[in-house]
Amino acid sequence: MSAPSLDAVIVGAGVVGAACAYYATRAGLSVAVVDRGPVAGGTTGAGEGNLLVSDKEPGPELELALLSTRLWRELAAALPPEDAVEYEPKGGLVLAPDETALTALRAFAAGQCAAGVEAREVDEHELAHLEPELTKGLAGGFHYPQDAQVQPARAAAALLRAARSRGALVRLGEEVTAVLTGPHGAVRGVRTPRGELHAPAVVNATGTWGGRLAALAGTRLPVLPRRGFVLVTEPLPPGLIRHKVYAADYIADVASDSAALQSSAVVEGTPAGPVLIGATRERVGFDRTLSTEALRRLAGQATALFPRLADVHAIRTYCGFRPYLPDHLPAIGPDPRVPGLHHACGHEGAGIGLAPATGLLVTAALTGDEPPVGAWPFRPERFDSRGPADDFSDPFDRPDGPPPSPGART
Amino acid sequence: MSQTPLGLVRAAPAAPYTFTFDGRILTALPGQTLAAALWAAGIMSWRTTRGGGAPRGVFCGIGVCHDCLATVNGRPNQRACLVAVQPGDVVTVQEGTGHDATR
Amino acid sequence: MTPPVDLAVVGAGPAGLAAAVRAAGLGLSVALLDAGERPGGQFHRYPAPGLRAARPEALHHGWRHFARRLRQLETGGVTYLPRHHVWTVARGDGCWLLHAVVGPDETPATVRARAVLLATGAYERQLPFPGWTLPGVVGAGGAQAMLKSGLVLPGRRVVVAGSGPLLLAVAASLAAAGARVPAVVEAADYRAYGRSLPAVLRTPAKLAEGARYGGGLLRRSTRLLTRHAVTAAHGTARVEAVTVTRLDDHWRPVPGTGRRVPCDALAVGHGLVPQLDLAVGLGCATRRTADDTHALVVDADQATTVPGIWAAGESCGIGGADLALTEGEIAADAVARTLHDVPADPRRHAALTRRRTRLRAFADAMAAAHRPGPGWADWLDDATEVCRCEEVTAGRVREAVAGYGAHDTRTVKLLTRAGMGWCQGRMCGQAVARLAGGEGAAAVESRPLSCPVPLRPLAQLPPEAEEFRA
Repeated sequence: MSAPSLDAVIVGAGVVGAACAYYATRAGLSVAVVDRGPVAGGTTGAGEGNLLVSDKEPGPELELALLSTRLWRELAAALPPEDAVEYEPKGGLVLAPDETALTALRAFAAGQCAAGVEAREVDEHELAHLEPELTKGLAGGFHYPQDAQVQPARAAAALLRAARSRGALVRLGEEVTAVLTGPHGAVRGVRTPRGELHAPAVVNATGTWGGRLAALAGTRLPVLPRRGFVLVTEPLPPGLIRHKVYAADYIADVASDSAALQSSAVVEGTPAGPVLIGATRERVGFDRTLSTEALRRLAGQATALFPRLADVHAIRTYCGFRPYLPDHLPAIGPDPRVPGLHHACGHEGAGIGLAPATGLLVTAALTGDEPPVGAWPFRPERFDSRGPADDFSDPFDRPDGPPPSPGART
Repeated sequence: MSQTPLGLVRAAPAAPYTFTFDGRILTALPGQTLAAALWAAGIMSWRTTRGGGAPRGVFCGIGVCHDCLATVNGRPNQRACLVAVQPGDVVTVQEGTGHDATR
Repeated sequence: MTPPVDLAVVGAGPAGLAAAVRAAGLGLSVALLDAGERPGGQFHRYPAPGLRAARPEALHHGWRHFARRLRQLETGGVTYLPRHHVWTVARGDGCWLLHAVVGPDETPATVRARAVLLATGAYERQLPFPGWTLPGVVGAGGAQAMLKSGLVLPGRRVVVAGSGPLLLAVAASLAAAGARVPAVVEAADYRAYGRSLPAVLRTPAKLAEGARYGGGLLRRSTRLLTRHAVTAAHGTARVEAVTVTRLDDHWRPVPGTGRRVPCDALAVGHGLVPQLDLAVGLGCATRRTADDTHALVVDADQATTVPGIWAAGESCGIGGADLALTEGEIAADAVARTLHDVPADPRRHAALTRRRTRLRAFADAMAAAHRPGPGWADWLDDATEVCRCEEVTAGRVREAVAGYGAHDTRTVKLLTRAGMGWCQGRMCGQAVARLAGGEGAAAVESRPLSCPVPLRPLAQLPPEAEEFRA
């Protein structure tokens, strides 16, 4: 191999891998990014680009989200304008249909505010002012000014391009077939059909397929796919829907452990015009078959919030597979079971939002610097103590077969 | 003597009826699509794009490309190549998403 | 709930109509769903009754057979459902669920069926060029469709261009209806037919058809230019002229050979693309065709790779109306045999099968002859809009490829929005795939919604609470 000496090989060119490459190269590290598909070919490309703090209860994930919120604001200013990542600090609006929901939402928001979230209660009158098309008769809601949005594929591509301009080696369409280890079990690189890439560290940023890369490295990470459908409407005038708008039961759905279908639509406009309505959550392996029930619920909830959408066409729907870990927290940091292996995956539906903080954490671990937030809750070996988790079955063994290659279908 | 499409198939249409296009009174033959009636009047575009404001009309002619979108009786995004003209229809040039005017 | 029909046929073009009528004749309960106002599909588009055309056959081949099937449709026990646009076929409880939006009001409807025959036809392949978004530039098939149904012409002086056997038919129709057609510009070389001469010779009806077109055109002094392409359209409010340029063997424009041809309309198209959205949504396997599109894989009985789903006509590979009819009849017989044990008539079956083989060989020869050469993208300048819906230029697609490493249509779409608009990439897919670096066919696109569906009918779908378990 004539490749230059590398500090780390990052596997995965989704938003998390791209953010790891961005911050690692900014810290002066020499990295390669390898992906079997294109940039944003997996869950990133199916994401809505949510940068949310509003849906997170106080705890380690919220801490990560708050840091990421700040980092995304910095990135939006630092990335060249031609990258057009469509960063929009539009704010979130969480709605309570009735007094019971509003009471619960108040308690939830109070806890968040204590943890550093900005949230402000808005009454029905102000809701109408913030979202003129919103249905009448809601009990109230909370405005979360820190919630924001980026176009996820462009964001990943921009981070990757910036990393490349700082010397990162980017190898797309090249699948990692082996994680190379030395005599004492420490990683020393990866093998692809094009040859070997040698580095003392390998970062697993393969998202929903993170369990498979862990297995290649001889260890275990119980990442499961949690499917989500998104509905996309015909182009609508910018400003028709101004915030990320969702009903309060969304939060319960995100935190649910159930495999069955959950849905509470997040409705939002995009700079390009279409309104996105997403997303459902269910654990059905890597099955891409259209679920008309998912569409029924998304359309029903979106039109209940915004009656005007009833006559608007859905022109597209697609699904993605969130990388889900049993405790809903990502796995970030070095894996003590395999020296040199780092994980940066399992962000479920929050990967776009949490990517920059993840990149910083991974970079700190690679350089040996102090991490910006406590990484202990994200330690990848935390599932070992539970023994074989009851709710984990290897999705790759399911009858619907191996996951399709990213990019095979939209 | 030059042939016409109506002459070719020996059409003897029922009485034409009128509709308006941006205020102009036009006629349509019974059963004609909006696009056909506009073509018959020599009108080739009835929409402007939301990015460049460029004029568009029929392209694929079979309902696939959605280039011929028009606003009919206030309802935007009707495919002119599919929708039949009804007597008295009010058709307007559609600008942008078609929803801007009704915002 | 009423019991499911035996067979739901999607599409009332030649294949679907033949299959529906035949299946009903064999005793099956049949629903025929079609997006159009009247049966016939794109091939047998005919004027609305109010136009009172005494001789609709002047614009059609095989009108007599079609008229016979129309009568059978009226009398033969088929439940004909026009204006039903099926947007997905889903698995229900022991049957298929065909979800449709109906009519201009787009109300929801669901048809339940034990078996489904997809006869969803095709749409025209477009290869962009500078000026192709000007009003007056229309699809060749589109011009034909507008003429057949609405009895209108796009202009007085219409250049016909692109590639494929449809061009001659379109030029002949336009000329017969009174348009002046100064030129038919064909990018391929008809001499390529010579390489598959046996297949061509076995299909004398097709040759007669071609001769008829050719004769009609010659009488009207149309120039037939092979190995040429329209590489630009000019005008401001509408097309006023086109540039016709000679192509080399790879369809690269030969510098210095461009000529300006005045016209007030251009009818352009590069063959047909099978309409596969419902089938792909069901998981039916596809194959790559000789002209770089994708078609469904079907067996000798026209069964797709998904049990219970049959297909006939252009979705199984472009082949024209005669082949579509044949496949439709074979499929109907097979469904009747499968569902009701209706025994096959061996002589009839053998005759249909022979006919299918012969027509398919001819179609494949034509497809190979008209396969776009890789050099056509050279006539796209950076300012040319590739995606008509989202107004994405070739320059922006090239930038996504060079600057961000996008090497497939999905990534280009995610980064540029090319293919994300109303038509969902049906017009630009081929071009984007080419610019993204592919030599041939784009990957099979998955479009779970085969047409736009308003949110109201989606919200009104019957709940599947019981069936819907992870």
